[in-house]
Amino acid sequence: MISPARSWREFPQRYRLEAARCEGCEKVLYPPRVVCPDCGGCTFETTPLPREGKVVTFTVVRVPPAGYTEQSPLPIALVELTNGVKVMMQVGDLADPEELEIGMPVRLEFRRVAWDGEAGLIFYGHKAVKG
Amino acid sequence: MSVGIVGYGAFIPRRRIKLEEIAKVWGADAPSYRKGLQLHEKSVPGADEDTVTMSVEATRNALARSGGVDPEEIGALYVGSESHPYAVKPSGTIVAEAIGATPALHIADLEFACKAGTEGLFLAQALVKAGEVKYAVGIGADTSQGAPGDALEYSAAAGAAAFIFGNDEDRILAEVVDTYSWTTDTPDFWRREYMHYPRHGSRFTGEPAYFRTTMSSARGIMEKAGLEPGEFAHAIFHQPNGKFPMRVGKKLGFTQEQLETGWLSPWLGNTYSGASPIGFTAVLDIAQPEDLVLLTSFGSGAGSDSFVFRVKERIEVARDRAAKTREQLDENQIYVDYGTYAKLRGKIRMAE
Repeated sequence: MISPARSWREFPQRYRLEAARCEGCEKVLYPPRVVCPDCGGCTFETTPLPREGKVVTFTVVRVPPAGYTEQSPLPIALVELTNGVKVMMQVGDLADPEELEIGMPVRLEFRRVAWDGEAGLIFYGHKAVKG
Repeated sequence: MSVGIVGYGAFIPRRRIKLEEIAKVWGADAPSYRKGLQLHEKSVPGADEDTVTMSVEATRNALARSGGVDPEEIGALYVGSESHPYAVKPSGTIVAEAIGATPALHIADLEFACKAGTEGLFLAQALVKAGEVKYAVGIGADTSQGAPGDALEYSAAAGAAAFIFGNDEDRILAEVVDTYSWTTDTPDFWRREYMHYPRHGSRFTGEPAYFRTTMSSARGIMEKAGLEPGEFAHAIFHQPNGKFPMRVGKKLGFTQEQLETGWLSPWLGNTYSGASPIGFTAVLDIAQPEDLVLLTSFGSGAGSDSFVFRVKERIEVARDRAAKTREQLDENQIYVDYGTYAKLRGKIRMAE
């Protein structure tokens, strides 16, 4: 499972959807990077991602790995947010994964993403739900 | 200087289970439960929903209605619940981190059966009134549990409500007029350490606990504030089932019309620490400026916090900035069967 230290380092991105906007070319990077892949810039401004978007493509994981097994079947989608940034994330609140469609509007809600059994840490983040 | 609510929000999970679905598993007579408890269905949290996730979404809705409160100006945040995801590790830190309020704030997780939510409201408004903090957040949230087959299983539900308090006149949408608390040691409901499910005193939870405490608290605040039931536009009481809040309201002299806007339990169930606070959000969704609102919680053990609010004009522009409570309750439900419900609520013993 994810270590406490690694999960803690990722809180700004996972909890608040903080992305980095390159001060050189305005490209928005999520997760943030040290060097902009487009212009090579190294200075960034923190910007939160919008919480609305649409499904670009998806798959359904029928045999999820440890930490995710209670969420089987686990839908995963590539979501394009309203600012054009694409984020891979779980999809929540589907009565049936067959409801998933390319182009489906979604909102991002704060959810449990994974948990380390009954005694370990709970990892929080965002999931896409029908918008 | 007035102190009041500058933002409010609720979150209700989409999953529901119908009373008949529970009754058929345990051989209970559904029509008599429907009639006796006035319950039809209840909310069920998904495997990925808990007190923390619902608190974050409710607080984001409150921030959306706050007219631009900077989360960094929130000086205190309290999460009241009897279902904090961790026994040791605060829920409030995760909520504050997610809304961007850390690190300069005071956090506490509160617990007092079903009134932990209004305890947070009481502390939040008091800190703002004392001038200790600019804004303070009180949250009531629960994913409550009832033992399989117990009467509580028909009502124990999930939901959250959050309120941001402040003292800037142009932001206040409901002013705190008065507060009052009434508390005794009354052992009507409890859960010991390491136990999954609570136990209760059956009929002892009624007259000596819920009714005595709720009525004393409501009468106490009305006497303190010099108000009569007829002067309120709305009254919200704790909702352990559909029957109790209506009965206690009518015994106190309130009418059906004053009670029904905040009366959500027949379709939502008992969201414990979230119950009367979520009912209050449904009232704020439709309340008119100058309306007086009575909010009276009840927590087993036992105590009750009462508040009188006066609704301000800003409610009319603020309420449409986030999802309304009745919409969340009445739309996009996902109905689950008992097997799915038992899995989602951790009632199935898994291999180690």
